[in-house]
Amino acid sequence: MADAWASAHEATRSADVALAAVPAGGDNRLPPPAMSEPWPVRLLLIAFALGFLGLFVVLPILSVFLEAFGQGLSTYVSRLAQPESLAAIRLTLVTASIAVPLNVVFGVSAAWVVSKYRFPGKSLLVTLIDLPFSVSPVVSGLIYVLMFGRRGVLGPWLEAHGLRIIFATPGIVLATIFVTFPFVAREVLPIMQDQGNDEEEAALTLGAGGWRIFWQVTLPKVKWGILYGVILCNARSMGEFGAVSVVSGHIRGETNTMPLQVEILYNDYDTVGAFALASLLMGLALATLVAKKIIEPRQFRR
Amino acid sequence: MSAAERASVAPAPSPRRRWVPGVLPGFRPTLGVTLTYLSLIVLIPLAGLVLKTAELSWADFWRTVSGARALATYRISFGGACIAALVNAACGLIVAWVLARYRFPGKAIADSLVDLPLALPTSVAGIALTAIYSKGGWIGRLLEPHGIHVAFAPAGVVVAMVFVGLPFVVRTIQPVLLDLDPQAEEASCVLGATRLQTFRKVIFPALLPSLMTGFALAFARAVGEYGSIVFISGNMPLRTEIVPLLIITKLDQYDYPGATALAVVMLAGSFVLLMTINALQAWSRRGLHG
Amino acid sequence: MNVSVKNVTKRFTAKGTPAVFDASFTATSGAITTLLGPSGSGKTTLLRVVAGLEVADQGQVFFDDRDVSRVPARSRGIGFVFQAFALFNHMTVRRNVAYALEVRGASEEEKRKRVAELLALVQLEGYADRYPRQLSGGQRQRVGFARALACRPSILLLDEPFGALDARVRVELREWLMQLHETTKLTTILVTHDQDEALELSAQIVVMDQGRVVQVGSPSDVYDRPRTPFVASFVGTANVLRGRVEGERVALGSLSVSVPSGTRDGAEVRAIVRPHDVRLAKNDGEQAGRSLGTITRMVGLGAHVKLQLELPSHDPVTVQLTRGEADAMGLAVGDKVVVDLAEAKVFVEDYSI
Repeated sequence: MADAWASAHEATRSADVALAAVPAGGDNRLPPPAMSEPWPVRLLLIAFALGFLGLFVVLPILSVFLEAFGQGLSTYVSRLAQPESLAAIRLTLVTASIAVPLNVVFGVSAAWVVSKYRFPGKSLLVTLIDLPFSVSPVVSGLIYVLMFGRRGVLGPWLEAHGLRIIFATPGIVLATIFVTFPFVAREVLPIMQDQGNDEEEAALTLGAGGWRIFWQVTLPKVKWGILYGVILCNARSMGEFGAVSVVSGHIRGETNTMPLQVEILYNDYDTVGAFALASLLMGLALATLVAKKIIEPRQFRR
Repeated sequence: MSAAERASVAPAPSPRRRWVPGVLPGFRPTLGVTLTYLSLIVLIPLAGLVLKTAELSWADFWRTVSGARALATYRISFGGACIAALVNAACGLIVAWVLARYRFPGKAIADSLVDLPLALPTSVAGIALTAIYSKGGWIGRLLEPHGIHVAFAPAGVVVAMVFVGLPFVVRTIQPVLLDLDPQAEEASCVLGATRLQTFRKVIFPALLPSLMTGFALAFARAVGEYGSIVFISGNMPLRTEIVPLLIITKLDQYDYPGATALAVVMLAGSFVLLMTINALQAWSRRGLHG
Repeated sequence: MNVSVKNVTKRFTAKGTPAVFDASFTATSGAITTLLGPSGSGKTTLLRVVAGLEVADQGQVFFDDRDVSRVPARSRGIGFVFQAFALFNHMTVRRNVAYALEVRGASEEEKRKRVAELLALVQLEGYADRYPRQLSGGQRQRVGFARALACRPSILLLDEPFGALDARVRVELREWLMQLHETTKLTTILVTHDQDEALELSAQIVVMDQGRVVQVGSPSDVYDRPRTPFVASFVGTANVLRGRVEGERVALGSLSVSVPSGTRDGAEVRAIVRPHDVRLAKNDGEQAGRSLGTITRMVGLGAHVKLQLELPSHDPVTVQLTRGEADAMGLAVGDKVVVDLAEAKVFVEDYSI
C-alpha cells in the first residue's frame, strides 16, 4: 500500500493546483469545445459521477447527522455528555496532542536529513518512513501487543516494573504515533527536495549557524507543507480505529478513544449516543477537507 | 572554512579524506532524532514480531493459516477487495474524468468530497454504512423486498471496501488526466478519429498504467481495512469474516501464535502488493515521458 | 486546392483584444503560404481556425469553393503538424504513421504499404518499430509529417513545426521541408515567428500583428516594400530614425526628406533603413559635418562585419558590410565616415511615402 494516503494526497495536490490555476483568458486545460464529447454524453457522465459520489459519500455524511440529531437537540447533548463519552473525547485529544507535535519534530528532522545530505542507507530510511502505509492497521496494533503485551517479548519485564503499555494510554499513544508519523515527513520532504539547498548554503557562507539557518531560511519556505502535514496527521490521530482497537483493551471510561467509544455505544444499542460522537468525528473530517482545500494552493506558491 | 576547504589548503596530500555527508550543519542531531524515533516506533516493535514469529513451529503455523476458517477469510478479504477495486476502477475513472475535464456547479465540493474516506474514522464510516444498508435504512429499505441483502451479508463487505478505496483510483488518475497532452487528442481528431476512437486508442492506453496503480492501491487498502467492515458485515465466520477480524479474535483469545501467523500472511501479501505497486508506478512514469 | 480565409474574427475573452480580428488571405494551390508574426499575433489561432481546431466567431473558411466553416476538424481532410510533435507516445512509429488509416478501417496490407512509402518519403526507413522516446527531436517531427500525410490530405498545416528543435536541426529541416514540398506539391500554410524561415520557404507571406493581417505579399514585396514600420522592422533587421514634420521637410539624422504637401505639421515620421543598405564612404574632408558618422564599435561576424555608428544627431545606426568592403575601406573604431541613407523607406505616421 505504498504511498496510500500520501500518494493520494500528492495526486490531490496536483489536481487542486491544476483546478486553481485555470488562467483568466480561457480554460487552457480543457480541450477546446471542438474536441470534447457531445453534450448528452457529458451530461450523462457528470450525472453518473455525481450519483456515485452521492451514494457513497454524501449519504453517509447525511445519515450520521440525521441519526445523531434525529431525536432532538437535547437528547444529542445529553448523550454526548455521558461520562464515558467525555472521557473518550479527552483521551482522543490527549493522544493527538502528544502524537502530532512529536511527529512534527520527527517529520521535519527526517525531511532535513534526507534532503540535505548524502549517506548510505538513505533509501532504506525512506522505505521505513513509508512502512505504516503498507501495513494493515490491525497488524500495526498487533506488533505492539507482541512486543509490550502481557505475553509479549517485553511483557514480563514491564509487569515486573509495574509498567503498563498495552491496555493503557501509552500503548494507545504509541500505536497512534506509528500509523501517523509518516504524514508530516512525506509532505515536507518533497518540498525540501524541490527547493534545493541553495538558500541554506548561501546563509552558511554568510556565517549563519545551524539553528539560524533552519529557523530563518528553511522554515518559512516549508511552513505550509508542515501545516498541511499537521492537518492530515491530526485527522488520522484522532480518527484511527483499527490499530488503537487492538492495543486499547476497551476498558470503559479509561482506554477508549472516540472512534472506539462509537463502537461500544453502537454495540450497546445506544444509537443516538454512538452517532452523536460520530457526528463530532464527521465534523472533524469535514473541517479537515475544508482546511486541505484552503491550504493546498498556498503550498504551491513557493 | 569547511573540512573540504581545509583539506585542499593543507600542503600534505592525505590519501584518505574524511567522508562528509554535506556542508550544512545539523547532520548528527537530525539523523539522531530520526533514527531514534524510527527505532522506538518501528524497528523495536517489528523486532518483536520477528521474534514471536520465530517462536512458531512450522506445524502450528501451517495449521493456523490453512484452517478452514482462515481460508474463508482469505476468500472474503481478497475476493471482496478485488471486486471492490474493480468497481472503484470503473467508477473512479468516470469521476476523475468528470473532475478533470468538465465544469459544472458544485465541482469544487465534489472534488473535496472524494477525500472523505481518507479523512473519516473508519468506525464512523462503519456505523453510517450499516445504518444506510440495513433493513430499515434508506437503501436497505429499497433492496430488502427484492431479496437483496447488503448489511450482514458478503455484499456489505464489498460496499464498505468500495467506500474506503474510492479516493485511491480517483486521485491516482486525476493528475495523469490533467497532464495528458491535449495536442495528441487534437492530432487524433484531425487524423479522422471519432471521439470514441480517440478515447480508446489514444487516451485510455495512456491512462492504463495509472489506472492499474490505482486499482492496486484500492485493493491493498481494502484488504487491510477493519473498522468500516466489521459493523456492516456482521462478522459471521466463514461468510463475512475478514482476515483482520480473525486476527483480533485470536488476540482476544490470547492465541498470540495464531494471530502472529495470520499477520505474517497479511504482511507477505502486503509486500507482494507493494512490489507490484512500485513496478506499476515505475511503468507509469516511464510510459508518459516519451 | 486553395484555401480562402474571409474576415475571420476569434475571441477568447468577452472583453479585451480579440485573438484574431477580421483576417483575410488566400493560400494559393500548391504553394507555401506563411503566417508570420511575433508571439501573440494570432497566427497560430488563425491556423487552428483553418484546421477546425478552433471555431471562428465571425468569418468563413473556404477550401476551393466549399465553405468548410461548419465542418468538424476530423472531416476536413487536412494534415496538421504540431510544434511539440504530439506523437502518440505509447504507439510505435509504425502505428503513429498508420493511425489515420487505422481509424478509417484500412487493411493490414494497405497500412503496411503506406507506412513504408511514407517512411521512405521522410527518410526514416528502418525506424518503424521504434517508440517516439527513442527518437531525436528532428526525427520525431519527421514522423509527425509522415503521420499527417498518411491519408493524402489536400492541405498541409504546419504550426511552428521546427520551433521545438535546436537551431542547427531547424536549418536542416528547413531544407528538408523544401524538398518535401517539391515532391508533394501540397498547398501548405506554415506558421512561424522566424522571418528567415518565412523568407526562405514561402511563395507568399501574410504578416500579422496583434490579431490583424498587416500585409500580404511575396517575400520580396514584404521585404523591399513594407507597408508599415512594423512590417519593415519585423521582417529583416532595421534601423529606425525618427523625426517630425516641420513645414514641408523633415530632418532625420543626416537625411533631409521632403514630405507631400498637406502632411500634418508636427506629424511623426519614421525612416527605416536596413543595415546592409547604408552606404559608407571614407571621409576625405570635403563633406560637411551633418552627414558624418563616428564608428563606435566594430565586430567581425564571419562573412560580414557589423559596425555601430553614431550620427551627429546622436542617433545610433547599425551598418553591415561584407568582409571585402570593410577591408577595402580600412576602417577602425573612432573613424569618421560619410553616411548615405538614401535607401531608407520613410513613413509618415503609419503609411509610407
